Amino acid sequence: MGLLDWFYKRSLARYLKKLFNKDNAKIGLYGPPNAGKTTLANKIVRDWSGDVLGPVSEIPHETRKARLEKGIEIKSDGATLNLDILDTPGIATKIDFEDFIQEFELGEGEAKRRAKEATKGVIDAINWLDDVDAIMLIMDSTRDPYNQVNVTMIGNMEARKIPFIIVANKIDEENSDPEKIADAFPNHPVVPISALEGENVNKLYDTMIKHFG
Amino acid sequence: MNGIQITLVSGEKVSSLTMNEKLHFIIDKVREGEILILEKGLEPEEEAELIQRTMTEINPEEFSGIEIESYPGDSSNLSFLDKLLGKKTTRLTVIGPADQVRTIKKNKDTIQALLTLKKN
Repeated sequence: MGLLDWFYKRSLARYLKKLFNKDNAKIGLYGPPNAGKTTLANKIVRDWSGDVLGPVSEIPHETRKARLEKGIEIKSDGATLNLDILDTPGIATKIDFEDFIQEFELGEGEAKRRAKEATKGVIDAINWLDDVDAIMLIMDSTRDPYNQVNVTMIGNMEARKIPFIIVANKIDEENSDPEKIADAFPNHPVVPISALEGENVNKLYDTMIKHFG
Repeated sequence: MNGIQITLVSGEKVSSLTMNEKLHFIIDKVREGEILILEKGLEPEEEAELIQRTMTEINPEEFSGIEIESYPGDSSNLSFLDKLLGKKTTRLTVIGPADQVRTIKKNKDTIQALLTLKKN
């Protein structure tokens, strides 16, 4: 671990502990399907505990059950903070099994099963909102930021007074436009990253320290 | 007769319903194939509850969910207390069956939607 990583780890523990006033902070990763939530969750877990959380896929709704990686231990000034990372299924208002068949060539049975599990996953993800201390809302910076689920999620997090950061993911892709996300939600911190390449992820940790602290 | 039914719902009507009644009303109408334009949009909590209930209704053979779009309201006419509490108003919400409504473009002030006739 480099000096910068050590600094982030040390500061993150101190500030999160101060903010949440407890030894165990739960950070939820939310967003629409295929925004890169699991890729980022894996990156965070790998950075802090050396493990990985779950498989990633180009097929939407790959994560159909919320996954909680508990006890990512961060030590600071003699105190220990256990960070739990919650990777949630993508929030959607519609799930059509035929999309899985047409776009990803799944068989009908598999497509229907995936659709059914995905609907349960969305309910699961929304239920978890009552039980997280802070949220990172992952958006795909190659897509329209005014997507309904993004707006709905932001309204919800504001109403529940959950601190959150908007993560504009996929900046490694050619048509990415993170500025569009920043312009759409000017009242909230927006951090452009590539979870896949690890680009700017330290900046995200830095923003967690500043914003959540 | 083939066609698309669009129902405009007044703010007064929406306000007179409890959250439960409101969500029942919306889901029932949308499942019947109607497109609703609510003069007064839903609160964030209501939208989250609507998504959850919609998920329980999805059936691979007949209902694939909803398309819902709203734009945020102007908070300049809110009372000081409402602003302090972070309250916002929602100006208008469009909701329809996902297989009939597709949002083409949305920004702060406009929503462009494409409505298609259901194949029967």
